[in-house]
Amino acid sequence: MDKKIFTTPIFTANPVTVLVLGICSALAVTAKMQPACIMALSVTIVTGCSSFLVSLIRNTIPNRIRIIIQLVVVALFVILVDQILKAYVYEISKQLSVYVGLIITNCILMGRIEAFALGNKPIPSFIDGIANGMGYGIILIAIAFVRELLGFGTLFGHQIIPLSWYASNGGFYENNGLFSMAPMALILVGIVVWIQRSIQKNLQEK
Amino acid sequence: MNTNNNLYTIVYATLMVVATAAILAFVSMALKERQQKNIDMETQLSILSAVSLAADANSADDKIAYVQNEYDKYIKNSYLVNYKGETIPGDAFAVSLKSQYDLMKQISSAPEQEKEALKARLQLPVFECTLDSGEKVYIVACYGAGLWGPIWGYIGLKSDFNTIYGAMFAHKGETPGLGAEIATPAFCAQFKGKSLFDGDTFESVEVKKGAEDGNPHQVDAVSGGTITSKALSSSIRQWFENYVPYLQLSAAKAEASVEQ
Repeated sequence: MDKKIFTTPIFTANPVTVLVLGICSALAVTAKMQPACIMALSVTIVTGCSSFLVSLIRNTIPNRIRIIIQLVVVALFVILVDQILKAYVYEISKQLSVYVGLIITNCILMGRIEAFALGNKPIPSFIDGIANGMGYGIILIAIAFVRELLGFGTLFGHQIIPLSWYASNGGFYENNGLFSMAPMALILVGIVVWIQRSIQKNLQEK
Repeated sequence: MNTNNNLYTIVYATLMVVATAAILAFVSMALKERQQKNIDMETQLSILSAVSLAADANSADDKIAYVQNEYDKYIKNSYLVNYKGETIPGDAFAVSLKSQYDLMKQISSAPEQEKEALKARLQLPVFECTLDSGEKVYIVACYGAGLWGPIWGYIGLKSDFNTIYGAMFAHKGETPGLGAEIATPAFCAQFKGKSLFDGDTFESVEVKKGAEDGNPHQVDAVSGGTITSKALSSSIRQWFENYVPYLQLSAAKAEASVEQ
C-alpha cells in the first residue's frame, strides 16, 4: 500500500499536470535549472514535513479551526525554508524572490493535508507529502530543462550549445528569448499535459 | 475529549501560535548574522565591480571572505556628502539607497520653500578606491525605478571628478533579454571614458536610442528596453545633480593641490 501512496502522485495523479495545482510557481521559477531544483526541493520538504506534523496532531485539532491550524503549520515550515535559503544560498533565494514565501499559498499543500494527512497516520502522510512534492518537482525540472537549454543555451549556468554556433560568432544559431518568458512555460506545461493524457486514456473527457 | 468546545479551541489556537512564534523568533535570531553578511557581501561586490575588481568572486571557494578581503584591500575610505558637497558624519556603507531615492522624490514634489530643508537631509555615499596602480577612483551610487522594480548602480569617477572610470548596474526584475541587459558587462562598459561635465556645465550621461558615436555624454540604449533605459538615464541624472557640488568642490581642491 505504501508503494502506491508514493508512486501515484508522481505520475498518474501528478499535482501539476492532472490536478492542475501549483501552476503559478511552475511558470515563475522555471527559467533556469538551479532555481527550479531548489524550489522543487523546498516544496518537497515543506509538503512532507507539514503533512507529517498535521497528521501527528490530527486528533487534537479542533474541527472548527482546522484550516487555520493547517495554515500555521505550513507557514512555519515555509518561513523556516525561506530563512535557511537566505542564509546559505543567498543568490538562489534572490532569484526565487517571493515565490518561496508563496509556497504557503501553493494549493498542493493544503490539498494534500485536507485530503490525506487529516485522515491517515504520520508515516504514510509524510510519504504522500514527499511524493506530491516530487511530482511537482519533476514537472518543474523538466520544464526548466527545456527553457534554460533553448532560452539561454545553458544548463545549470554551463554553456551547452557550442559558442561557435551563435550568429554573433559567425554561426547560424540564436537563443530563443521567448523561452525565458513565463508564457512559454505555460505552453510547455500544456504540452506535458497533452503527452500525459495521450498515454493515460482514462483522463480524457468523453 | 471534546475538541469542539470553545475553551479548548481558544487554548489550542493560542498555544499553537505561541509555539510557532517562539520557533520562528529563535531561527530568525540564529540566522540573522549570516543573512546580513550575504547582504553586505552583495553591496561590497557591486561597489567593487563598478571598477572591474573582484572579478573572481563567483569562482571563489568562500565568496563572503573573498569579497570582504578585496573590499578591505581596495576601498580605503568611504564617507557621506550632503547636497552642498560637504562631508557629513555617518557610515556610507550602511546608508540605504532606497531611502535617499524616496527623499529625492519627496524633494521634487515638495513646494519651493520646503525644498532646502528636505535637501539638507540627503546623505550621498562616496567610496574611495585605490587601484593597484595607485590611481584613485571615486565611486558614487544611483538608484531609481525601472519598469518592473528598482534598478541601481555604482559609477566610478577618475580623480578629475568628470571622466567615468567604470560602472555597474543591477536590477531587481527587469525583462530578461530586454531591460535586464543593463546589467550586462557589455552595456556597462559603454560608460567607460564618458564625461559628466561639458566645461563647467553639468551634462550627465544620457542613455539614448541611437547615441551618436563619440559623443561623451551619450551611451546607446538597450533595444526593446526603452522604459528601463529611460529610467536609468533619469536616475543617473537625478543622483548626479545632487552630487554636482561635491564633484565641483573636489575637482577644485584637486587642481589647487596640483598647482602647489
